Amino acid sequence: MPRPQRAFRTQALILKRRDFGEADRMLTILTPSHGKIEVVAHGARKLTSSKTGHVELFTCADMLIHNGRNFGIVAQAEMVTPYQPLREDLQRGAYANYVAELADRFSTLDEPDDSSLFTLLSETFERLSIVDDPRLAIRYYEIRLLDVAGFRPELNECVFGREAIEPEDQFFSYAEGGVVCPRHANQSVRLTRVSLNALKILRHLQRSSYAHIAALTIDAPLHNEVERILLGYITYQLERKLQSIDFIKRIRSI
Amino acid sequence: MSKAIPEPVTNLIEAFSRLPGIGPKTASRLTYYLLRTPDDITLQLADALRDLKAETRFCSVCYNITVDDPCAICSDAQRDAETIAVVEEPLDVLALERTGVYQGRYHVLHGAISPVNGIGPDELKIRELVQRVVQEHILEVIIATNPGLEGDATAMYIQRELTGKGVKLTRLARGLPVGSDIEYADSVTVTRALQGRSEM
Repeated sequence: MPRPQRAFRTQALILKRRDFGEADRMLTILTPSHGKIEVVAHGARKLTSSKTGHVELFTCADMLIHNGRNFGIVAQAEMVTPYQPLREDLQRGAYANYVAELADRFSTLDEPDDSSLFTLLSETFERLSIVDDPRLAIRYYEIRLLDVAGFRPELNECVFGREAIEPEDQFFSYAEGGVVCPRHANQSVRLTRVSLNALKILRHLQRSSYAHIAALTIDAPLHNEVERILLGYITYQLERKLQSIDFIKRIRSI
Repeated sequence: MSKAIPEPVTNLIEAFSRLPGIGPKTASRLTYYLLRTPDDITLQLADALRDLKAETRFCSVCYNITVDDPCAICSDAQRDAETIAVVEEPLDVLALERTGVYQGRYHVLHGAISPVNGIGPDELKIRELVQRVVQEHILEVIIATNPGLEGDATAMYIQRELTGKGVKLTRLARGLPVGSDIEYADSVTVTRALQGRSEM
């Protein structure tokens, strides 16, 4: 039997952290190959620890992790990408909280990953650090995350009749995970209306690259509709309200 | 838990296990240690636990933990009443007091904004801070939250709330700690240290 690996080196995005023991920090990190894992950074709350500052939230660090009994132990850590604007701008920071919360909720601990979630999250942190209006980057992230997590919504045919969608206003079913045409609307409960334009945007988000999406200009009411449908679908799949949403709304209203 | 363990013992083990950093093994060890110690020590502990909640309260001015309201710092006429240092936790007050340099007063937020953990501005004493600044004619608010993402977000939020209220806002300097090695410092800290360098 091959001996289990005692230590491994990995890139890690830090999703969550909490104080642990006297001066330690428990980190929830997302790695390209080991998926989401919990690791402890000993002494990371001390001012002079060599790990302090390298294990900050929403940064990418290069870590050497020893396999401990219950969770990994961070032996070395060096920050690679700080995503500094996320710390200097309240709105960007609030959105970073949201994307990290989604990545955390849609992933399972200790389940090896094919690095798609890691890549998606690091690209999203990068985009949030650069773009002026982060909302499109967030919509793109939401729809890609649903793909990665296996909840890709059906946007091209009616989830009941399987017929192609006609160019008219439709419905969206959170439970069935896709569009319902007006003819089948009476077969499902919990439907929400989706305008033809919102549906077009959703499809565009699903099939295009980010470069194409970034070039879009969407007026506010249409964007709000797309946001409402995606958020409704995500909340339905997670079966829980997202904690970071309230803060985003709060900052928008100031 | 096993039926071989009497209920009062189980109860205490479970109570200890709820404390941060204490697992079931440590909880059992502490419980059996207390069983062996003389009565006066366990009774002292029990009294201390009861008094902890019964005799302390929040200071109605700064929200630090205190026995008398307002707390010793807020009622000290010698201290500068026009400067407030905003900290996350009561223990941070002690850290600033240990320096012996700071002569102003405090405001304890009892946490930092952390949307991922469901802690928003309403869970903290931010509204109370804004009220205090307006009512007490404060000249300077020193934001002394922790230099991490949550502390930064809290600082920026407070900045938004206090802008235009005619108060000077400052933030504790960030950079290299005494006794550390530049070699091991992260790029953000070194950048801050460079930006905040001072002439010799």
